Amino acid sequence: MSTQGARAAFPASWWARAGWVLLAAYVVYAGSRLDFTWDRFLVGLDNGARFIDRMFPPVIVQPDSLANGLVESLQIALLASFLGIVISLPVGLLAARNLMPVWATWPARIVIALCRSFHPVIVAILFVKAVGFGAMAGILALMVASVGFIGKLFAEAIEEISLKQVEAVRATGAPFMNVITYGVLPQVFTRFIGFATYQLDSNLRNSTMVGIVGAGGIGGTLFSAFQRFDYDFVAAILLSIIAMIMVGEVLAGWVRGIFLEKGKVDGD
Amino acid sequence: MATSAAPGEAIRREWRRFTPAQRLARFSVYLVLAASIVWSARTVQVIPEFLYDAPEQMQDLLHRMWPIDFAHYRGGVHDALVDTLHIASLGTILAVIMAVPVGVLAARNVVPFAPVNYLAKLILVSSRSVNSLVWALLFVAVFGPGALAGTLAIAFRSIGFVGKLLGEALEEANRGTIEALEATGAPWLSVMAKGYWPQVQPAFWSIVLFRWDINVRESAVLGLVGAGGIGMALDTALNLFQWTRVAMVLFSIFTVVVVAEIVVTQIRKRII
Repeated sequence: MSTQGARAAFPASWWARAGWVLLAAYVVYAGSRLDFTWDRFLVGLDNGARFIDRMFPPVIVQPDSLANGLVESLQIALLASFLGIVISLPVGLLAARNLMPVWATWPARIVIALCRSFHPVIVAILFVKAVGFGAMAGILALMVASVGFIGKLFAEAIEEISLKQVEAVRATGAPFMNVITYGVLPQVFTRFIGFATYQLDSNLRNSTMVGIVGAGGIGGTLFSAFQRFDYDFVAAILLSIIAMIMVGEVLAGWVRGIFLEKGKVDGD
Repeated sequence: MATSAAPGEAIRREWRRFTPAQRLARFSVYLVLAASIVWSARTVQVIPEFLYDAPEQMQDLLHRMWPIDFAHYRGGVHDALVDTLHIASLGTILAVIMAVPVGVLAARNVVPFAPVNYLAKLILVSSRSVNSLVWALLFVAVFGPGALAGTLAIAFRSIGFVGKLLGEALEEANRGTIEALEATGAPWLSVMAKGYWPQVQPAFWSIVLFRWDINVRESAVLGLVGAGGIGMALDTALNLFQWTRVAMVLFSIFTVVVVAEIVVTQIRKRII
């Protein structure tokens, strides 16, 4: 472009411009395919104003149902995280390529991929069909999600460990379980705390949602309030969910602080 | 401790990795966790009778799903699936457009004015605290059922994610280039475009790709609350107990999610 005369300091990139044009074309095409029109948007804005008007001030119409829902969501999150972590540890270990033979890593990796690929709410639908409405379906659904998430990260963490310590423990003639307990686990413990607290946090968020499909927790209360157009109660439920999630986030950060004081050195 | 003690005392001193306060803190975390898990297990309302035949029920479900109704793909799944991808992509684009200004305002080194930073962070936190399904419920109530509600739900949920990570990336930017540009008297926009942007560009693309991957997963369920996409096909099949069609929908979601993840990892490898 600028072979003659003064070279421009920041030459224009035609590739980047073509990219922007393509992007704009895509937005127009996809928008028209999904039937977005300006009229609909304006009508929506009108509705939105009325909707917000009806949401405020928030009113707790059924205090019992709100409290029970929140407590049940908390229970679902705790149990699902606990069971999910207990199951994901062996699965993650089996999936670690540096410690396990190929015939063990492949099935474990397939299990992890299956658990990860579906949104917890879809898994919850299937469990509602299998074990009926209620908290059990929610626990099982979030357990599956936890196995997928923690199993994957745990396997990756194990694959990054230093094999010198493993070898040293092995050289003493330690049996397999001792190699795991003294050679592998201490190296991944800090990272494990990191993703366990993250998963607990994320399970708490999702446990407020699985109720939409009947799998227990506050989601059911929220959904039925929506269907009854009790928008002031909806606002109250939403505010209490947000409060609960924020408290959970603060607690998770606090636990992480306790365990990771020295963990900074280990990376992460 | 052992300064004034006899020489032998120092040898007997026990070495511990953590101070008593640290051990107490760790122990109390374990105790509280164990207690709350036991409490949940004992008080959660689960009907054990339902659990006994759960394996049978599961088998029955899988049995009824089995011959996957591939023929249903052309008629009922393909369009919904493409819609889902458009919802995820448009939602991500819209989210980026809204999140970039908020992320810039949240970065303390770019906008050195604390109240603005806090306001921006408040916007980001509230966006993240509301699940995309709840955003979808809200937007369905406002705009009516359809893909518009889904796209906006995806966009509003993603603002917090993209904005937070972008703000953090901006805060990590190296001062040197910025100061050099400012010393030439470059206007604010040039400092942003030629000082900050080249530094955060890799982080920016990886955040966007990562969020797009998450959004593909999330947009698949939005249809359950009426916000368009493949979730609506799933909902219809579920309500009519057409399990072979449910299996087809689940299979196509699985395929798309796996393909999206592979695409994202490949692109990330190329650009980072």
